[in-house]
Amino acid sequence: MVKKKVFAYIYVYLILLIIYLPIFYLIAYSFTDSRITGQWTGFSFELYKDLFSNKEILVALGNTLILASISALLSTVIGTLGAIGIYYCRKGFRTLVENINQIPVVNAEIVMAMSLTVMFVFVGQHFFGGESIFSFWTLLAGHCVLAVPFVYLNVKPKLVQMDPALYEASLDLGCSPTKAIHKVVIPQIIPGILSGLLLSFTLSLDDFIVTAFTRGSGLLSGQSQIETLSTLVQAKIKKGTVPPEMRALTTIIFLIVLVIVVSYSIYVNVQAKKSRTLLGSGHKRRRAS
Amino acid sequence: MKYKTFRKGLSLPFVVFLLLFVLIPIFFIVFYAFSDADGNFSMSAIVDFFTSTTKLNVLLVSLLIGIFNTVLCLLISFPLAYILANPKFNKNYVLVMLFVMPMWINFVLRTGALRELLSIVLKWFGTTTGQHPLFCTMVGMVLNYIPFTILPLYSTMLKLDNSQIEAAKDLGCNPLKTFTKSIIPQAMPGIVSAAMMVFMPTISSYVISDTLSEGKIMLFGNSIYLSFSNSDWNSGSFMSLIMLIIIFVSMFATKKFQRESEKGGAAW
Repeated sequence: MVKKKVFAYIYVYLILLIIYLPIFYLIAYSFTDSRITGQWTGFSFELYKDLFSNKEILVALGNTLILASISALLSTVIGTLGAIGIYYCRKGFRTLVENINQIPVVNAEIVMAMSLTVMFVFVGQHFFGGESIFSFWTLLAGHCVLAVPFVYLNVKPKLVQMDPALYEASLDLGCSPTKAIHKVVIPQIIPGILSGLLLSFTLSLDDFIVTAFTRGSGLLSGQSQIETLSTLVQAKIKKGTVPPEMRALTTIIFLIVLVIVVSYSIYVNVQAKKSRTLLGSGHKRRRAS
Repeated sequence: MKYKTFRKGLSLPFVVFLLLFVLIPIFFIVFYAFSDADGNFSMSAIVDFFTSTTKLNVLLVSLLIGIFNTVLCLLISFPLAYILANPKFNKNYVLVMLFVMPMWINFVLRTGALRELLSIVLKWFGTTTGQHPLFCTMVGMVLNYIPFTILPLYSTMLKLDNSQIEAAKDLGCNPLKTFTKSIIPQAMPGIVSAAMMVFMPTISSYVISDTLSEGKIMLFGNSIYLSFSNSDWNSGSFMSLIMLIIIFVSMFATKKFQRESEKGGAAW
């Protein structure tokens, strides 16, 4: 058994190491001022200084964050309201909408991107006199298509778990429908909304294909095409190596993600312990009575 | 009554959004696939596709690489998920989080990093990444998609019925038979959804194959991207339509499969 356990651990940590190796490699070479990786030219923080004076990367970073925030918020609002509304609709209509909602989930990203692009091209040709309508707005629409279905899928189970009588009760007790949704429904589904928001944000951050297809000019890029981190890195590595400043950025992103994951794990553990002690005290009380 | 229409009305933006940006674009794909550059009905995109050996080759290579990658990812992730979900080995959810964490670091950046690392490693063996496009692409694919297979497998493994596995052992199954007759059937829904998470994205991927094979391996995704950069909407749309058909066929096939496994579960 012990032998089995050792083998299992070796296997798990070996795969983990292989998955992380490329990231660690970049991080290691972020602490030197060599222009290419694989060549150590002494320890230095030069690349971090370069990063914060590299306008191209900062603009891309800014674009990425702005786009991710706006698309995540918008998707969460549309998806959440949609889930609430659809929950109260007839079953036939609900099934139909849910099937349409499932299309972007199972669809390949590039097919989605292509379909949006041909539609935008068509609209530009026929309604805007041949002008291109590609802009921040088309990009935003693309990112929302990525995220909205997942928001819906995150919120819906929470609605199903909810006690439907509570909403009716709040109406009977004099709440207006808006207030009832706000005071009774939303608080019960808030975990689903938050996980939907987080998921939309990360989907947008990581996206390359939809961005490359649907972007136009705007945001911090001004008159030129919007560059996000994904498109910028892709353009750079198509021609050569990963830009040295990006190595410093990788370290920073990695640290941020690490902090989030660690604090989330601690939160989950504390929550689990809390529920365990609650259960424990419940047992005691029952025994005492 | 008024209240009921109000709460239904909340879904209006959502429904309009789905119509405008999900359903209608798909009709545009169909429209462009069956028309020429002037917008007249034409079968030229279809004829082009099925008479071009390069494009048919791309389809074949994509399907093969897709299957290969799916099998590799499942082979690596299956024991991994089993270990992670088995309380005898692992009680900590943090380890699972660690496998998912790379997904939060920009994947284009990760792909670029992998190429730099591979070029160093291959230099030790006296070759370059450009000389082994298939090897590099496969490494990139597997590393990128392992997290996607671990999650669905892990969540079904958590639900494995241990008493059934023990019963199989007690009733005289050897470990191999226990595995094929009890563990695999129980984990089947997870295997199917993990496979779906890998297969389609692999075929339609662009960045990984383009970066790691130095443009030498064309997958279906690369092909669609190429027609996008050439503003060749008609053939791009037709290829997207083929992708859509493949997706729906595999969805349909697995749906039937999953329903069967559910039925099996209900019979127990």
